[in-house]
Amino acid sequence: MVVGARRGCVLALRRIAVTALLAVLLVPTLLVAPVLATDVEVVAQEDTDEADDAGDEEDAGGEEFRGTLVTGDDEPIPGVIITVETLDGEVVGQVESDEDGSWSQPVPEPGDYVVTLQADTLPEGVELRDPERASLETNVRTGQERTLLFPFGEAAEVTPFSERLISQTFNGLKFGVIIAIAAIGLSLIFGTTGLVNFSHGELVTTGAVIAWFLNAPAGVGAGIQLIGAGAIAVVISAAIGGAIDRGLWQPLRKRRTGLIQMLVITIGMMLVLRNVNQLVFGSSSRPYFDYTIQDAFVIGPLRVTPRDLIVLLLALIVLVLVATMLQRTRIGKAMRAVSDNRDLAESSGINVTRVILVIWILGTGLAGFGGILNGLVENVSFIMGFRLLLLMFAGVILGGLGTAYGAMFGSIVVGLVTELSTLFFSTELKLVWALFVLIIILLVRPQGLLGRAERIG
Amino acid sequence: MAEPTAAAAALADVTPEPGVSKPDPILVVDEVRRSFGGLTAVNVDHLEIQRGAITSLIGPNGAGKTTFFNLMTGFDRPDRGTWSFNGQPLANVPAHKVARLGMVRTFQLTKALTRLSVMENMLLGATQQRGERFLSALLPTIWSAQETEIRARADELLARFNMDYMRDELGGELSGGQRKLLEMARALMVEPEMVMLDEPMAGVNPALTQSLLTHVKDLPSFGMTVLFVEHDMDVVMDISDWVIVMAQGKIISEGPPAAVAADPQVIDAYIGEDHGDESRFTPTTLATTAAASTETVGRSPVLDDHEGPATGDVSAPSDDPDGESHA
Amino acid sequence: MDVFLAILASSVNTAIGPSAIVYALAASGLNVHYGYTGLLNFGQVGFMLMGAAGLAISVSIFEVPFFVGLLCGVLAAVLLALVLGAPTLRLRADYLAISTIAAAEILRFTSRSNTLAEFTGGPFGIPSQVGGAGFTQTWNAMNPIPPGRYSFGWLQFTHTRLWVVIVGWILVALVCLLIWSLMRSPWGRVVRSIREDEDAARALGKNVFAYKMQALILGGVLGGTAGMVLVLFQGSFFADGFRPELTFYAYTALIMGGAATIFGPVLGSLTFWFLLAVTERTLTLTGILPSGAGGATRLALVGLLLVILMVFRPQGILGNKREMVLDG
Repeated sequence: MVVGARRGCVLALRRIAVTALLAVLLVPTLLVAPVLATDVEVVAQEDTDEADDAGDEEDAGGEEFRGTLVTGDDEPIPGVIITVETLDGEVVGQVESDEDGSWSQPVPEPGDYVVTLQADTLPEGVELRDPERASLETNVRTGQERTLLFPFGEAAEVTPFSERLISQTFNGLKFGVIIAIAAIGLSLIFGTTGLVNFSHGELVTTGAVIAWFLNAPAGVGAGIQLIGAGAIAVVISAAIGGAIDRGLWQPLRKRRTGLIQMLVITIGMMLVLRNVNQLVFGSSSRPYFDYTIQDAFVIGPLRVTPRDLIVLLLALIVLVLVATMLQRTRIGKAMRAVSDNRDLAESSGINVTRVILVIWILGTGLAGFGGILNGLVENVSFIMGFRLLLLMFAGVILGGLGTAYGAMFGSIVVGLVTELSTLFFSTELKLVWALFVLIIILLVRPQGLLGRAERIG
Repeated sequence: MAEPTAAAAALADVTPEPGVSKPDPILVVDEVRRSFGGLTAVNVDHLEIQRGAITSLIGPNGAGKTTFFNLMTGFDRPDRGTWSFNGQPLANVPAHKVARLGMVRTFQLTKALTRLSVMENMLLGATQQRGERFLSALLPTIWSAQETEIRARADELLARFNMDYMRDELGGELSGGQRKLLEMARALMVEPEMVMLDEPMAGVNPALTQSLLTHVKDLPSFGMTVLFVEHDMDVVMDISDWVIVMAQGKIISEGPPAAVAADPQVIDAYIGEDHGDESRFTPTTLATTAAASTETVGRSPVLDDHEGPATGDVSAPSDDPDGESHA
Repeated sequence: MDVFLAILASSVNTAIGPSAIVYALAASGLNVHYGYTGLLNFGQVGFMLMGAAGLAISVSIFEVPFFVGLLCGVLAAVLLALVLGAPTLRLRADYLAISTIAAAEILRFTSRSNTLAEFTGGPFGIPSQVGGAGFTQTWNAMNPIPPGRYSFGWLQFTHTRLWVVIVGWILVALVCLLIWSLMRSPWGRVVRSIREDEDAARALGKNVFAYKMQALILGGVLGGTAGMVLVLFQGSFFADGFRPELTFYAYTALIMGGAATIFGPVLGSLTFWFLLAVTERTLTLTGILPSGAGGATRLALVGLLLVILMVFRPQGILGNKREMVLDG
């Protein structure tokens, strides 16, 4: 009887695991296709809407940023220092505007940069129209000489606060659900094995990078349209996750390796994966080849590109599917049981090893999916995963370490905090606020907002 | 009882009823409650522990015994309630201060410090060490003399526990029983007035059990009070001066071993807890054990409800506030 | 053969250089945290940043004397330990890991932002000549070695590098002495017992929180010292020199050498830098990889090494196998 039941259970587990995986994979394909077909590919709004773009493209290489600083009365502003740095804060160059107020700063390669006008070098009486916009995060394509505009003088049309609130809430939500999708695996793996996986961020990057190469035109990559490329990348990510668990963690758990020892191993993994990603993908950050340029449409006060809207919807649907899977399906219940009390689950006939394997497959697949979404709304870079990792930790802890729903909820809060903080504080500090929330939560409610207090003894 | 101990004699006139006053209590507990979610793990109205006696705390799984230990020793905080040790109120006193006041506990899951040698484990127990302060630690002249004294005391205790030959072994290299022994010896290094032993015999092989029992029995002669949690009724009947029974967080009975064994409430509590396995416990076996306890040498696993449910049994495991079934 | 010797010589040169000193100090701090006390500090780089910023800002911006600046660096590290430890030392070990790494990143983001540029120099940091005196001026003025280049067999130094190397290794030796004398004392015994089981230590009357805090401060100050050596050698302070990877590399060095041993972190740092240099130079000098790809490759190899070490020889070079077996 028991043996029969077990076999039945195993078969069911296997079937449901496959179904769950397929669900994760198919949803993007099914849902995105019809909507994206309506896209109008017109140059209208850059995804980085922070700089006015007069992108005169030239064939020759040599990317640069340039512009002319003039006051509201068209007087040139000389002697103002402008610096260009990478997203990681490495200074690429620094330039001073000349007599005509013109400046140009070459950059070594295409990618994302932060261009900062040093406001303290402005002459007396000249001020930026919007002091928040002294720093522009912007992107330059191969061979592009990108013109940036720093408007001076009285702010002619400041976006009303309510509009900014709405658009930042949208951005926060979008960012939050991406973190949430990526963080589910982190949380489930912790819940079932107690492992704090520092290499989880790199699995996010890996998914995005795989999708990029599948998506890149022939010569560089496989030239598959992004939807197909994404689906394949998620499958490969999931397979990598399964392989890592089978090849590394399963034997280690069998040897009863200490948790701290395993934690240090994840750090080694992180270094390996990140640097391999960097070797393969390069240090620059690059967009996917589809859906980069889109017409924004206007919903009430909100301007949003179809791509961003679809990313948000897609992410929400996947979150709901995962939640349903955890709640309703057998494997989902098994996951929660193992997460709750491993010994008890084991003695109740649940094959814990298999459940953990499924969690790795599912979690890594979702991490890869999150990476692709993140690469879609921002850009793909080898460092993106690590940047997300700390936010995932924040989200997972906020919601209560080890609970999947908590991770979803906490991540969305973190996304909102990150984006909404820019309404009041400098953009360059937005990640600081998210991490700050993490520390505050640890201070006042370490079990997380949704977690239960732990018992001693 | 082989010969009634002084403590047993002092308790002879005390009425065996829950919450009764003792002639010379060292620990007095009032209105202590602790709940986890909706489950009340501990709910003790009044309890006194007699000084110099060996008191055992028994009760079915999930009765709240370990939680009670955690609360008394500052490892957990009650929702409300007060208790005092030697007249000193202990509510909100952190665990390490409780230990320094002279109430020291051991753990159900033995906490031998694995990568410290047996000797280091022992030395750690001594309190008031000058070399444990950061700056003094840098100057051996301040602490080396005291260290020699402590080492001598540790040697003495190790000899008493027949462990002196393994003083350089690492804690993690000892067997389960040896760890229990070490943990007890280490607790004595604190020179406590009261020791609280959480299942000192669990998982110990029979040969060592006798040795452990002898040491526990000896403790009152060194001026110590003992409170211990135990599942093995033979042991309880053998060495206790007084027995307290907990069920569902409450004290349901207390008294001398024989009186408690005959208390129908106690029998009810155990039967209610039993998962229908008749052979493990019947009122008769309890009564027999009580009667035969003087002669007991070998152990029968009566009342040893410590094994978890059989593998594959999905329905049996219940919420267990002490985490006892996973020992 | 010449290529081989050249690789070896320049790798040895790197291995005893200032970077190895910085890592030896930082890893010794981690050794106090993780090796002896069991505290998972993954934000050691935050302590390094505090030490470096404390020195650079106090001397270059507020123009305090150099030695007061050193004291400021130490105090800054102590301050971080207090602020970080107070909430997290009561929590589980992995919470400390996450919050320390988060705190280190908060510090880096904040000090490189333009909001605090007045003090930290923002993304440009504090070059040594800012504020007239510059925080390295006294340091360089104290250098008794006449300017020039010196070579001892394979080893080659400029006078500034030689000065840093001499003072640095003396400092490392003093730190080893300090850790040795602490760890053989009853204080060290308590701290190690906390690593094994803090409830047991508590049950024996030890104020676990206070000991953890002391250990966090001690290791943090060693990290701060490492940060100060780093900026003195570089001649400038900038926040982005303090990335989370530094902590991970310091951990690699510690584990390679052997955690909970006095010389483990030192030997580990030497080995770490030697291996980094050898792999990179072998890969580039022999033409296996283009010169640009060496960095990422060698760091990937570092990661692989860390994994392999942790799986097959978790006790490191100097560690005690007998103890490590018990860790599982």
